[in-house]
Amino acid sequence: MANLNINGEQKSFDAPDDMPLLWVLRDILGMTGTKFGCGVALCGACTVHIDGKAVRSCLLPVSAVSGRAITTIEGVGTTPVGAKVQKAWLDLEVIQCGYCQSGQIMSAAALLASTPTPDDSDIDAAMAGNICRCGTYVRVREAIKHAASERQT
Amino acid sequence: MKLADNMLVATSPANKPSGLSRRNLLAGAFAGGFMFAFQLPVRAANEPTQPPDTTEGKFAPNAFIRIDTTGKTTLVMPQVEMGQGIYTAIAMILAEELDADYAQITLEHAPPSDKLYGNPIFIIQATGGSTSVRAFWKPLRNAGATARAMLVQAAAEQWQVEPASCTASNGQVMHTASGRKLSYGELCDAAGKLTPPKEVALKDPKDFSVIGKPLKRFDTPDKVNGKTIYGIDAMVPGMTFATLAQCPVFGGKLAKVDDRAAKKIPGVRQIVVLDDLVAVVGDHMWAARSGLEALDITWDEGPNAKISSKDIWAHLRTASETDGVIAKSVGDIAKGLATGERIDASYEMPFLAHATMEPLNCTVHFKGDSCEVWTGTQIMSRVQSEAAKAAGLPIDKVTVNQHMIGGGFGRRLEPDMVVAAVRIAKQVNGPVKVVWTREEDIQHDIYRPVYRDNISATLSNGKVVGFKYKIAGSAVIARWLPPAFQKGIDIDAIDSAADQPYDFPHFQCEYVRVEPPAVPTGFWRGVGPNNNVFAIESFMDELARKAGKDPVVFRRELLGKAPRMLAALNLAAEKANWGQPLPARVGRGVSIQPTFDTSIATVVEAEIDSQGEIRLRQVNVAVDTGIAVNPDTIVAQIEGGIVFGLTAALYGDITIEKGRVQQSNFHDYRMLRIDQMPKINVHLIKSGEAPGGIGECGVIGGPPALRNAIYAATGVALRRMPIDRDAIAERKKS
Repeated sequence: MANLNINGEQKSFDAPDDMPLLWVLRDILGMTGTKFGCGVALCGACTVHIDGKAVRSCLLPVSAVSGRAITTIEGVGTTPVGAKVQKAWLDLEVIQCGYCQSGQIMSAAALLASTPTPDDSDIDAAMAGNICRCGTYVRVREAIKHAASERQT
Repeated sequence: MKLADNMLVATSPANKPSGLSRRNLLAGAFAGGFMFAFQLPVRAANEPTQPPDTTEGKFAPNAFIRIDTTGKTTLVMPQVEMGQGIYTAIAMILAEELDADYAQITLEHAPPSDKLYGNPIFIIQATGGSTSVRAFWKPLRNAGATARAMLVQAAAEQWQVEPASCTASNGQVMHTASGRKLSYGELCDAAGKLTPPKEVALKDPKDFSVIGKPLKRFDTPDKVNGKTIYGIDAMVPGMTFATLAQCPVFGGKLAKVDDRAAKKIPGVRQIVVLDDLVAVVGDHMWAARSGLEALDITWDEGPNAKISSKDIWAHLRTASETDGVIAKSVGDIAKGLATGERIDASYEMPFLAHATMEPLNCTVHFKGDSCEVWTGTQIMSRVQSEAAKAAGLPIDKVTVNQHMIGGGFGRRLEPDMVVAAVRIAKQVNGPVKVVWTREEDIQHDIYRPVYRDNISATLSNGKVVGFKYKIAGSAVIARWLPPAFQKGIDIDAIDSAADQPYDFPHFQCEYVRVEPPAVPTGFWRGVGPNNNVFAIESFMDELARKAGKDPVVFRRELLGKAPRMLAALNLAAEKANWGQPLPARVGRGVSIQPTFDTSIATVVEAEIDSQGEIRLRQVNVAVDTGIAVNPDTIVAQIEGGIVFGLTAALYGDITIEKGRVQQSNFHDYRMLRIDQMPKINVHLIKSGEAPGGIGECGVIGGPPALRNAIYAATGVALRRMPIDRDAIAERKKS
């Protein structure tokens, strides 16, 4: 029986040690907000926070995260930074199909938590691992800056 | 405004259109756009209308609108939402003519029904071809206006006044003289008993209060917190999870499979073996994937095992030299091509995969005498009928639950992922979710066809005399919508080529149908115009250079009969500082496109380094799409389309070796990322014309404009996509 702290709640379940966190979240716990995109950490759709840092969950064995604080898209809105990012995403109407946006928002929230006023190169470095096939990048960048400016007011 | 619960956990039953009235307001629909300006044998628009639903406590004058006694206004979405913002646009059009209270609107996915929800352009229920607003503009306005007229009449009868003395707004009818008011909820019982008027007046566009405003989308709030349920997120009690392997060689079959190792993996429950695929069913996707990797599969590769890209191109190049079917002829092309200096060129486009961010998937519960399907599809009714065929059941025994779509781009205009899932589910007890790996998704796509376009033109005194354009490539329409394939002409393959904005004195457009061996071909966002606009606009730059003219000036001179296109070209050029000096190896390139009833001009500015790597600096797009229903969505679609198109220009290349696709995931089928992004400026041109299509337009203009920027910066005339970096690297000086 494995035990994880997800969005501040303890969750217990049976899973093989090498099972990636992505599939535990989606198929065992039914938390489908975290998305499967490529399975090999190339697209960022599966991004979650482990102790506040953005991590791809599709290659992350569940055994490696026991005792760590896991935050998913379902819980990120309870953090002040996550809420700002979600609001900025809606204010600037970033989203199209939305499938990659859980990952985009998680990457952006982790960026702003560590770098409150990121410049373009910070945004490039933090967000280049997140593919958006609808091509929302222009607004992703604007929304991160918008969220950063809101944090200071 | 909000989404109905069934958009989160879709439950709308397939064969019961939610108790809606059957009155079909598609009557009077127009077949917008030259693309489908022909008559199909059967038109949903001609089907008899039926009386309105007169159930107590509900007003449902047509298939799109239901109002209950609380005023809750349910709008049923005939087109599917895959990011293009159509749910919001449809709601805006209905709400505009209905004068609905925006706060009381709830959206609902339409169930499968060609009769009630068929796209007036395609006849079947399909979302594609940038048709949604063009096709449904009038039917939805009529639907809204009809409902409004009935509500007004109900109020007028109650007050015993003339309907003309009443007005409606924000979900209420008012009697102006007396100041009396009744809400739509209060009126719905009475309105439901009235006969819909045969004709209703539509608003004058100058009176629009919703259309034309950059309204917030209905679907996005649930997309920022993980609540939206895409097809891949469907959860059905008792479900198992499966993933599949199909023969890597197109058309191949399974020879044998050794599943002993797979069966030992914890969580693996069942191996489903069919004649052309193997699926592993498990407690979760991890078990299914691990099981699939542990299978030892031997394929019978069949007759396509030796096909390579080289063969496909040789076949296409040879076929492209034959005479085509004439799709359009203006003047005398023989005479035109005999006058002046002649220039010939050929352009080639690669196979492309769709790579939707949501990998292909479908959940099916086959129950013996019925079957339930959960998926996100662009073709609701066809998915239902194909699932029924695969299940061996009558159509009315198949329920389809539509979901939000994590990217369609044409891939979900096909039912193959549903058919495969039904065939697997027939072997499984209980519901099973079949999810394709990304590798399977890329290697078993239905690909954007390869094309070769041969162009010949003549110049005399710097002016075009003759212009002959011949397209050679797959006829996707012939397979997908057979009644529309007439006289050997694929109306998609010739789209934006046969009907030219340019005023060429002698012009001919020909089409040669060439199906590539082995490789299945389908629609890919931007469809036929991607190919045609690339070839024609690339060639226009070569002609301009030959004529010694600036590319914008050269085009401008030929746009005398296309004022909207000319205005777009002038605006894009102005915003891009066309003609201003640039550093070495930086170029600007332009393209224009008459696509989906929208006039667009694009200017790309790019820098090409000595190694041939490209830095995108800036993109300016001028767009005249007629009345802009939701301007912010239109800007977003153009921004995103530019990324989609430039991704293909920079990287998109599906190649075949030994009958199989060589690419497999995002490392070798690359995508543009945020750190490579140019600035994108979209300039909307105000217009009172009927709305044009938008969803695909942004994809089309970027590649030729980038190609022409490279031509300007390096002098290299690229004639194939994707861009060959070696060809544009700085030549070593000897």
